[in-house]
Amino acid sequence: MTEHNRLRRLTPHLYLWIAIVILLFPIILVFVASTHTSADILAAPMPMKPGPHLVENYTRAILEGNKNLGASALTMMKNSLIMALGIAIGKIVVSLLAAYAIVFFKFPLRNFCFWAIFVTLMLPVEVRIMPTYKVISDLGLLNSYAGLILPMIVSATAVFLFRQFFMQIPREIAEASQIDGATPMQFFRSILLPMTRTPIAAMFVIQFIYGWNQYLWPLLITTKQEYYTILIGINRMLSGADVQIEWQIVMATTLLAMIPPALIVVVMQKQFIAGMTDTEK
Amino acid sequence: MVQQYEFKAKWLPYILVLPQMVIVFVFFFWPSLQGLWQSFFLQDPFGGQVIFVGLENYIRLFTDPGYSYGESFGVSVAFAVCVAALSMILALFLATQANKKIRFSSFYKTMMIWPYAVATMVAGVLWLFMFNPNVGIVAWFLKNRFGVEWQHLLNSGQAFLLVTLAASWKQISYNFVFFLAGLQSVPVDFIEAAAIDGAGPMRRFWKIIFPLLSPTTFYLLVMNLVYGFFETFPIIHQVTAGGPGKSTSILVYKVWRDGVINLDLGGSSAQSVILMIMVIGLTVVQFRFIERRVHY
Repeated sequence: MTEHNRLRRLTPHLYLWIAIVILLFPIILVFVASTHTSADILAAPMPMKPGPHLVENYTRAILEGNKNLGASALTMMKNSLIMALGIAIGKIVVSLLAAYAIVFFKFPLRNFCFWAIFVTLMLPVEVRIMPTYKVISDLGLLNSYAGLILPMIVSATAVFLFRQFFMQIPREIAEASQIDGATPMQFFRSILLPMTRTPIAAMFVIQFIYGWNQYLWPLLITTKQEYYTILIGINRMLSGADVQIEWQIVMATTLLAMIPPALIVVVMQKQFIAGMTDTEK
Repeated sequence: MVQQYEFKAKWLPYILVLPQMVIVFVFFFWPSLQGLWQSFFLQDPFGGQVIFVGLENYIRLFTDPGYSYGESFGVSVAFAVCVAALSMILALFLATQANKKIRFSSFYKTMMIWPYAVATMVAGVLWLFMFNPNVGIVAWFLKNRFGVEWQHLLNSGQAFLLVTLAASWKQISYNFVFFLAGLQSVPVDFIEAAAIDGAGPMRRFWKIIFPLLSPTTFYLLVMNLVYGFFETFPIIHQVTAGGPGKSTSILVYKVWRDGVINLDLGGSSAQSVILMIMVIGLTVVQFRFIERRVHY
């Protein structure tokens, strides 16, 4: 500690609290709104204290959803969960295998494979949406979980993270396992995978959040209610005129949409920070 | 370098990379090439008649005033720069505060980090709800206490301000994590030595800490520009729909709108190609910089 002035010691707390209030205020507002009736919210200014309709609003949001939406928050959360888990697990499995091959094997097309994967680092989905849409549509994957998940598995970041990690592992371990008569796949399963637990956990946190928060892609390819993810559902609920929107249901659904990723970040904070600063993306 | 031990197997490595390669080719290379191909054609959205037009789609982007591509370009740059500046300055300031040896610092960290989990789209909804002219509490306060009529669907300055605030609010956590990690790696000895030599806190920050942070700052600058350019589609789509007029129609939003709503596939593809070139440019700049790793 370089400063010993009393006031100096309090100012960081003050600034940080101001920031916390600014970051939290919108969420508190959403929560308060989700406990009132639509009429209360529309009567400006909306009340600033929680109202008595919490149970009623959330029950409706979870079991039925907004009027005319045709999808309950339960269904949409299930879809978001399938998409997020599919993207996170899919990316991890596919990348682990590829990184294992690239680091531990010598084969003629190794450099080609590496560069082919490397190039994908550069282009986010946002810049190639139309042609990707056409590919998915040609494959008959519109309105399907496979269509939601597969194009999102393209990403070089996971391959790079695992590659970097594998390169730090002493090769003597691989050599020893060979001498002991283990096949390369046995080495992968019983030695390499257990060593890779930490980077896998970090990757899972980052990719789960990435998957849960996907918006543009599901917006394009889900036209049937049973495949709406929760974010698409919120968008559809808000597409009417202001007075017709059932704000209390929208706000309850918005809060529900935030809970799973926020929970993961808070509970797995350490892995999350490691994953973020290691992948540099 | 010593020759590293490697497994010898003929087919196994190919089987291992196969899933990744299939996905990369089917969902990355094939669509990217198709996009490039399509940008040279004019397509009738209803019939399927396709005419080769060469570079006309590109020329149209820059010469046809109805396209307002230049305007959209300007809006994107202004938006990305504002978001990057606002969220980075605030995050750096907060990270400096949280890095001081104060009580509850791990609580503060958690409270700063969680907004990362909020989807960009949800950030848009949160700010929309605060500033909605009919139900928004902030809009109500602005009107009744300060006499400011908040109508972001009519007033283009307000629309731009709203999407900028929403996008920056969400990005602060990301920048905070990186700045804090950067600050923690600044050796305490340097700072204490400077303090003993009589340098005040401001001077220590600008002369020692800030230069040592420059690799982090540069990395974040590129990442924030990429975020502002490409990843803020959900906010624009949800909050302003590119309006009023075209005042918040950033390039990514325009690609989507021209392709999906206006069914101008050639024009949309040409825009995609330009965006791809921009991303590649930014990535190359970043890698060159990281390779050199220069600071101070």
